[in-house]
Amino acid sequence: MHIMEGFLPTPWWQLWFVVSIPVIAFGIYKMNKLINEKREVLPLLAVAGAFIFVLSSLKLPSVVGSCSHPTGTGVAAIMFGPAITAVLGTIVLIYQAIFLAHGGLTTLGANVFSMGILGPVVAYLVYKAGMKANLNFYLVVFLATALGDWATYVTTSVQLALAYPAGDVLTFAGFMSSFVKFAGVFAVTQVPLAIMEGAVSALLFKYVVNVKSDILVEMNVLEDSVVRKLRGNPA
Amino acid sequence: MSRKLELIVLAIFLIFAAQFVYMSSTTDAEYGGADGEAEGVIYEITGGTYEPIAEPIWEPPSGEIESLLFGLQAAIGAGIIGYFLGYYKAKGRYENDIGYKDKSKPSDRQSL
Repeated sequence: MHIMEGFLPTPWWQLWFVVSIPVIAFGIYKMNKLINEKREVLPLLAVAGAFIFVLSSLKLPSVVGSCSHPTGTGVAAIMFGPAITAVLGTIVLIYQAIFLAHGGLTTLGANVFSMGILGPVVAYLVYKAGMKANLNFYLVVFLATALGDWATYVTTSVQLALAYPAGDVLTFAGFMSSFVKFAGVFAVTQVPLAIMEGAVSALLFKYVVNVKSDILVEMNVLEDSVVRKLRGNPA
Repeated sequence: MSRKLELIVLAIFLIFAAQFVYMSSTTDAEYGGADGEAEGVIYEITGGTYEPIAEPIWEPPSGEIESLLFGLQAAIGAGIIGYFLGYYKAKGRYENDIGYKDKSKPSDRQSL
Protein backbone atom coordinates (compact mmCIF):
# COMPACT_ATOMS: atom_id res chain seq x y z
CA MET A 1 0.00 0.00 0.00
CA HIS A 2 2.92 2.28 0.39
CA ILE A 3 3.17 5.17 -1.97
CA MET A 4 6.75 5.10 -3.17
CA GLU A 5 9.40 7.64 -2.38
CA GLY A 6 9.00 10.76 -4.46
CA PHE A 7 5.71 9.77 -6.02
CA LEU A 8 3.53 12.43 -4.46
CA PRO A 9 3.93 15.85 -6.05
CA THR A 10 4.32 18.98 -4.04
CA PRO A 11 1.11 20.16 -2.46
CA TRP A 12 0.09 16.61 -1.55
CA TRP A 13 2.93 15.16 0.44
CA GLN A 14 3.06 18.20 2.72
CA LEU A 15 -0.70 18.09 3.11
CA TRP A 16 -0.69 14.49 4.36
CA PHE A 17 2.05 15.33 6.84
CA VAL A 18 -0.09 18.18 8.13
CA VAL A 19 -3.00 15.78 8.61
CA SER A 20 -0.95 12.97 10.16
CA ILE A 21 1.40 14.75 12.54
CA PRO A 22 -1.28 15.96 15.01
CA VAL A 23 -2.69 12.44 15.22
CA ILE A 24 0.75 10.95 15.87
CA ALA A 25 1.43 13.60 18.53
CA PHE A 26 -1.89 12.85 20.20
CA GLY A 27 -1.09 9.14 19.97
CA ILE A 28 2.27 9.61 21.69
CA TYR A 29 0.56 11.60 24.44
CA LYS A 30 -2.08 8.90 24.92
CA MET A 31 0.51 6.14 24.84
CA ASN A 32 2.60 7.83 27.57
CA LYS A 33 -0.47 8.33 29.69
CA LEU A 34 -1.55 4.72 29.29
CA ILE A 35 1.90 3.36 30.13
CA ASN A 36 2.18 5.57 33.21
CA GLU A 37 -1.24 4.60 34.48
CA LYS A 38 -1.19 0.92 33.63
CA ARG A 39 2.31 -0.41 33.45
CA GLU A 40 1.04 -3.93 32.86
CA VAL A 41 -0.23 -3.13 29.35
CA LEU A 42 3.32 -2.64 28.11
CA PRO A 43 3.83 -6.24 26.93
CA LEU A 44 0.47 -6.18 25.17
CA LEU A 45 1.49 -2.97 23.43
CA ALA A 46 4.67 -4.71 22.30
CA VAL A 47 2.64 -7.64 20.98
CA ALA A 48 0.33 -5.35 19.02
CA GLY A 49 3.31 -3.47 17.57
CA ALA A 50 5.12 -6.70 16.73
CA PHE A 51 2.01 -8.01 15.00
CA ILE A 52 2.08 -4.99 12.67
CA PHE A 53 5.79 -5.68 12.13
CA VAL A 54 5.18 -9.29 11.13
CA LEU A 55 2.13 -8.82 8.94
CA SER A 56 3.42 -5.81 7.04
CA SER A 57 6.58 -7.73 6.15
CA LEU A 58 4.65 -10.59 4.53
CA LYS A 59 4.39 -9.88 0.86
CA LEU A 60 1.74 -12.32 -0.28
CA PRO A 61 0.77 -13.17 -3.83
CA SER A 62 -2.81 -12.35 -4.69
CA VAL A 63 -5.43 -13.42 -7.20
CA VAL A 64 -4.72 -10.88 -9.90
CA GLY A 65 -1.05 -11.73 -10.18
CA SER A 66 0.46 -9.04 -8.03
CA CYS A 67 1.85 -9.08 -4.52
CA SER A 68 0.92 -6.96 -1.59
CA HIS A 69 1.02 -7.21 2.15
CA PRO A 70 -1.47 -7.01 5.01
CA THR A 71 -1.14 -4.19 7.52
CA GLY A 72 -1.81 -5.80 10.91
CA THR A 73 -3.00 -2.51 12.36
CA GLY A 74 -6.51 -3.72 13.16
CA VAL A 75 -5.43 -5.62 16.28
CA ALA A 76 -3.74 -2.58 17.80
CA ALA A 77 -6.72 -0.41 16.88
CA ILE A 78 -9.12 -2.74 18.71
CA MET A 79 -6.89 -2.97 21.78
CA PHE A 80 -5.59 0.58 22.09
CA GLY A 81 -7.64 2.77 19.75
CA PRO A 82 -6.59 4.46 16.50
CA ALA A 83 -4.33 7.18 17.94
CA ILE A 84 -1.85 4.80 19.58
CA THR A 85 -2.01 2.59 16.50
CA ALA A 86 -0.88 5.56 14.41
CA VAL A 87 2.33 5.70 16.48
CA LEU A 88 3.00 1.97 16.06
CA GLY A 89 2.28 2.17 12.34
CA THR A 90 4.69 5.09 11.98
CA ILE A 91 7.53 3.06 13.51
CA VAL A 92 6.98 0.25 11.02
CA LEU A 93 6.71 2.64 8.08
CA ILE A 94 9.96 4.38 9.02
CA TYR A 95 11.75 1.01 9.22
CA GLN A 96 10.50 0.05 5.78
CA ALA A 97 11.24 3.46 4.27
CA ILE A 98 14.83 3.53 5.49
CA PHE A 99 15.95 -0.09 5.21
CA LEU A 100 13.80 -1.47 2.44
CA ALA A 101 13.19 1.48 0.12
CA HIS A 102 9.57 0.45 0.54
CA GLY A 103 7.39 3.49 0.95
CA GLY A 104 9.42 6.61 1.53
CA LEU A 105 10.23 9.52 3.77
CA THR A 106 8.51 12.18 1.66
CA THR A 107 5.42 9.99 1.36
CA LEU A 108 5.52 8.99 5.03
CA GLY A 109 2.71 11.39 5.91
CA ALA A 110 0.39 9.91 3.31
CA ASN A 111 1.31 6.33 4.23
CA VAL A 112 0.81 6.99 7.93
CA PHE A 113 -2.58 8.43 7.15
CA SER A 114 -3.76 5.38 5.22
CA MET A 115 -2.17 2.59 7.26
CA GLY A 116 -1.86 4.20 10.69
CA ILE A 117 -4.95 6.35 10.90
CA LEU A 118 -7.81 5.65 8.51
CA GLY A 119 -7.57 1.86 8.43
CA PRO A 120 -7.43 1.65 12.24
CA VAL A 121 -10.34 4.10 12.59
CA VAL A 122 -12.45 1.87 10.35
CA ALA A 123 -11.39 -1.25 12.28
CA TYR A 124 -12.17 0.44 15.57
CA LEU A 125 -15.63 1.61 14.49
CA VAL A 126 -16.55 -1.76 12.99
CA TYR A 127 -15.41 -3.47 16.17
CA LYS A 128 -17.47 -1.21 18.43
CA ALA A 129 -20.53 -1.55 16.21
CA GLY A 130 -20.17 -5.32 15.99
CA MET A 131 -19.79 -5.77 19.73
CA LYS A 132 -22.83 -3.59 20.31
CA ALA A 133 -24.81 -5.80 17.96
CA ASN A 134 -23.80 -8.78 20.11
CA LEU A 135 -22.16 -10.74 17.34
CA ASN A 136 -19.59 -13.45 18.02
CA PHE A 137 -16.39 -11.82 19.25
CA TYR A 138 -14.03 -13.55 16.82
CA LEU A 139 -16.34 -12.82 13.90
CA VAL A 140 -16.32 -9.14 14.88
CA VAL A 141 -12.51 -9.14 15.10
CA PHE A 142 -12.36 -10.77 11.68
CA LEU A 143 -14.69 -8.20 10.12
CA ALA A 144 -13.03 -5.24 11.81
CA THR A 145 -9.46 -6.14 10.88
CA ALA A 146 -10.32 -7.25 7.35
CA LEU A 147 -12.30 -4.10 6.61
CA GLY A 148 -9.64 -1.93 8.25
CA ASP A 149 -6.97 -3.52 6.07
CA TRP A 150 -9.04 -3.03 2.97
CA ALA A 151 -9.90 0.57 3.88
CA THR A 152 -6.16 1.29 4.07
CA TYR A 153 -5.71 0.34 0.44
CA VAL A 154 -8.80 2.18 -0.72
CA THR A 155 -7.36 5.24 1.02
CA THR A 156 -4.08 4.82 -0.82
CA SER A 157 -6.03 4.76 -4.08
CA VAL A 158 -7.84 7.94 -3.08
CA GLN A 159 -4.56 9.64 -2.19
CA LEU A 160 -3.00 8.73 -5.53
CA ALA A 161 -6.12 9.69 -7.47
CA LEU A 162 -6.15 13.10 -5.76
CA ALA A 163 -2.53 13.64 -6.74
CA TYR A 164 -2.93 12.24 -10.27
CA PRO A 165 -6.41 13.05 -11.56
CA ALA A 166 -6.95 12.20 -15.20
CA GLY A 167 -6.45 15.26 -17.39
CA ASP A 168 -4.07 16.91 -14.89
CA VAL A 169 -6.74 19.12 -13.34
CA LEU A 170 -8.51 18.04 -10.20
CA THR A 171 -12.13 17.62 -11.24
CA PHE A 172 -14.54 15.08 -9.87
CA ALA A 173 -14.65 13.16 -13.13
CA GLY A 174 -10.86 13.15 -13.40
CA PHE A 175 -10.54 12.02 -9.83
CA MET A 176 -13.00 9.19 -10.31
CA SER A 177 -11.36 8.00 -13.49
CA SER A 178 -7.96 7.81 -11.77
CA PHE A 179 -9.44 6.34 -8.61
CA VAL A 180 -10.94 3.45 -10.55
CA LYS A 181 -7.53 2.71 -12.07
CA PHE A 182 -5.63 2.81 -8.78
CA ALA A 183 -8.34 0.91 -6.95
CA GLY A 184 -8.10 -1.71 -9.70
CA VAL A 185 -4.51 -2.24 -8.64
CA PHE A 186 -4.69 -1.88 -4.87
CA ALA A 187 -8.21 -2.65 -3.70
CA VAL A 188 -8.66 -5.74 -5.87
CA THR A 189 -5.27 -7.21 -4.95
CA GLN A 190 -6.06 -6.63 -1.32
CA VAL A 191 -9.36 -8.49 -0.98
CA PRO A 192 -7.92 -11.99 -0.34
CA LEU A 193 -5.13 -10.54 1.81
CA ALA A 194 -7.65 -8.65 3.93
CA ILE A 195 -9.48 -11.92 4.52
CA MET A 196 -6.23 -13.57 5.59
CA GLU A 197 -5.43 -10.70 7.91
CA GLY A 198 -8.86 -10.94 9.50
CA ALA A 199 -8.43 -14.66 10.10
CA VAL A 200 -4.96 -14.35 11.63
CA SER A 201 -6.04 -11.41 13.78
CA ALA A 202 -8.95 -13.41 15.19
CA LEU A 203 -6.49 -16.17 16.05
CA LEU A 204 -4.15 -13.76 17.85
CA PHE A 205 -7.08 -12.43 19.84
CA LYS A 206 -8.03 -15.95 20.84
CA TYR A 207 -4.60 -16.46 22.40
CA VAL A 208 -4.61 -13.09 24.13
CA VAL A 209 -8.04 -13.86 25.58
CA ASN A 210 -6.73 -17.20 26.78
CA VAL A 211 -3.63 -15.94 28.53
CA LYS A 212 -4.45 -12.40 29.60
CA SER A 213 -8.14 -11.61 29.33
CA ASP A 214 -8.23 -9.48 32.49
CA ILE A 215 -6.20 -6.76 30.79
CA LEU A 216 -8.68 -6.59 27.91
CA VAL A 217 -11.51 -6.22 30.39
CA GLU A 218 -9.64 -3.52 32.26
CA MET A 219 -9.04 -1.53 29.09
CA ASN A 220 -12.74 -1.82 28.17
CA VAL A 221 -11.98 -3.82 25.04
CA LEU A 222 -14.15 -6.70 26.17
CA GLU A 223 -16.82 -7.10 28.76
CA ASP A 224 -16.37 -9.54 31.58
CA SER A 225 -19.42 -11.57 30.55
CA VAL A 226 -18.09 -11.99 27.01
CA VAL A 227 -14.73 -13.20 28.29
CA ARG A 228 -16.38 -15.82 30.49
CA LYS A 229 -18.39 -17.07 27.57
CA LEU A 230 -15.33 -17.25 25.32
CA ARG A 231 -13.32 -19.15 27.89
CA GLY A 232 -16.20 -21.47 28.50
CA ASN A 233 -16.41 -21.16 32.27
CA PRO A 234 -19.57 -19.38 33.33
CA ALA A 235 -18.31 -18.99 36.89
CA MET B 1 -9.83 -25.73 24.59
CA SER B 2 -11.79 -25.88 21.39
CA ARG B 3 -9.80 -25.77 18.16
CA LYS B 4 -12.66 -24.59 15.97
CA LEU B 5 -11.16 -21.21 15.19
CA GLU B 6 -7.80 -22.76 14.27
CA LEU B 7 -9.54 -25.10 11.84
CA ILE B 8 -11.43 -22.24 10.21
CA VAL B 9 -8.22 -20.23 9.80
CA LEU B 10 -6.44 -23.27 8.40
CA ALA B 11 -9.26 -23.77 5.89
CA ILE B 12 -9.05 -20.13 4.75
CA PHE B 13 -5.29 -20.50 4.42
CA LEU B 14 -5.60 -23.69 2.37
CA ILE B 15 -8.13 -22.12 0.01
CA PHE B 16 -5.74 -19.21 -0.45
CA ALA B 17 -2.78 -21.52 -1.07
CA ALA B 18 -4.71 -23.71 -3.51
CA GLN B 19 -5.84 -20.64 -5.42
CA PHE B 20 -2.23 -19.45 -5.62
CA VAL B 21 -0.91 -22.78 -6.86
CA TYR B 22 -3.68 -23.00 -9.44
CA MET B 23 -3.23 -19.43 -10.67
CA SER B 24 0.55 -19.56 -10.84
CA SER B 25 0.53 -22.81 -12.82
CA THR B 26 -2.19 -21.86 -15.32
CA THR B 27 -1.33 -18.22 -15.98
CA ASP B 28 1.98 -16.49 -16.46
CA ALA B 29 1.24 -13.70 -13.99
CA GLU B 30 4.43 -12.07 -12.81
CA TYR B 31 3.56 -11.56 -9.17
CA GLY B 32 5.36 -8.25 -8.95
CA GLY B 33 4.47 -5.75 -6.25
CA ALA B 34 1.22 -3.78 -6.38
CA ASP B 35 3.30 -0.66 -5.66
CA GLY B 36 5.15 -1.15 -8.92
CA GLU B 37 1.88 -1.53 -10.80
CA ALA B 38 0.66 1.73 -9.31
CA GLU B 39 3.82 3.33 -10.67
CA GLY B 40 2.77 2.10 -14.12
CA VAL B 41 -0.69 3.63 -13.69
CA ILE B 42 0.90 6.95 -12.70
CA TYR B 43 3.00 6.96 -15.86
CA GLU B 44 -0.05 6.11 -17.91
CA ILE B 45 -2.14 8.95 -16.45
CA THR B 46 0.58 11.59 -16.66
CA GLY B 47 1.76 10.39 -20.05
CA GLY B 48 5.19 9.46 -18.70
CA THR B 49 6.10 13.02 -17.78
CA TYR B 50 6.21 12.63 -14.02
CA GLU B 51 9.60 12.71 -12.35
CA PRO B 52 9.74 11.50 -8.76
CA ILE B 53 10.55 14.41 -6.47
CA ALA B 54 12.85 12.32 -4.30
CA GLU B 55 14.81 9.09 -4.45
CA PRO B 56 15.06 6.54 -1.63
CA ILE B 57 18.10 7.39 0.48
CA TRP B 58 19.26 3.77 0.42
CA GLU B 59 18.01 0.77 -1.51
CA PRO B 60 18.73 -2.87 -0.77
CA PRO B 61 21.47 -3.76 -3.26
CA SER B 62 19.69 -6.92 -4.42
CA GLY B 63 16.45 -8.85 -4.19
CA GLU B 64 18.10 -11.36 -1.86
CA ILE B 65 19.11 -8.68 0.60
CA GLU B 66 15.67 -7.15 0.44
CA SER B 67 14.21 -10.56 1.31
CA LEU B 68 16.67 -10.80 4.19
CA LEU B 69 15.49 -7.50 5.62
CA PHE B 70 11.83 -8.41 5.20
CA GLY B 71 12.53 -11.74 6.86
CA LEU B 72 14.35 -10.00 9.67
CA GLN B 73 11.38 -7.72 10.19
CA ALA B 74 9.04 -10.71 10.46
CA ALA B 75 11.43 -12.55 12.80
CA ILE B 76 11.76 -9.63 15.19
CA GLY B 77 8.00 -9.28 15.36
CA ALA B 78 7.34 -13.01 15.76
CA GLY B 79 9.92 -13.23 18.54
CA ILE B 80 8.32 -10.42 20.50
CA ILE B 81 4.82 -11.91 20.13
CA GLY B 82 5.97 -15.36 21.24
CA TYR B 83 7.97 -14.03 24.18
CA PHE B 84 5.16 -11.98 25.67
CA LEU B 85 2.36 -14.48 25.07
CA GLY B 86 4.55 -17.05 26.81
CA TYR B 87 5.28 -14.59 29.60
CA TYR B 88 1.56 -13.99 30.14
CA LYS B 89 0.78 -17.68 30.00
CA ALA B 90 3.36 -18.61 32.61
CA LYS B 91 2.39 -15.64 34.77
CA GLY B 92 -1.23 -16.73 34.66
CA ARG B 93 -0.29 -20.29 35.58
CA TYR B 94 1.76 -19.19 38.58
CA GLU B 95 -0.87 -16.82 39.85
CA ASN B 96 -4.04 -18.78 39.28
CA ASP B 97 -3.26 -22.47 38.97
CA ILE B 98 -0.32 -22.98 41.28
CA GLY B 99 -1.48 -20.30 43.68
CA TYR B 100 1.46 -17.98 44.07
CA LYS B 101 -0.88 -15.03 43.93
CA ASP B 102 -1.49 -14.72 47.67
CA LYS B 103 2.03 -15.54 48.84
CA SER B 104 3.74 -12.70 47.07
CA LYS B 105 2.19 -9.96 45.07
CA PRO B 106 4.84 -7.72 43.58
CA SER B 107 3.55 -4.54 42.02
CA ASP B 108 3.50 -4.64 38.29
CA ARG B 109 6.02 -1.84 38.06
CA GLN B 110 8.65 -4.02 39.67
CA SER B 111 7.72 -7.21 37.90
CA LEU B 112 8.44 -5.71 34.50
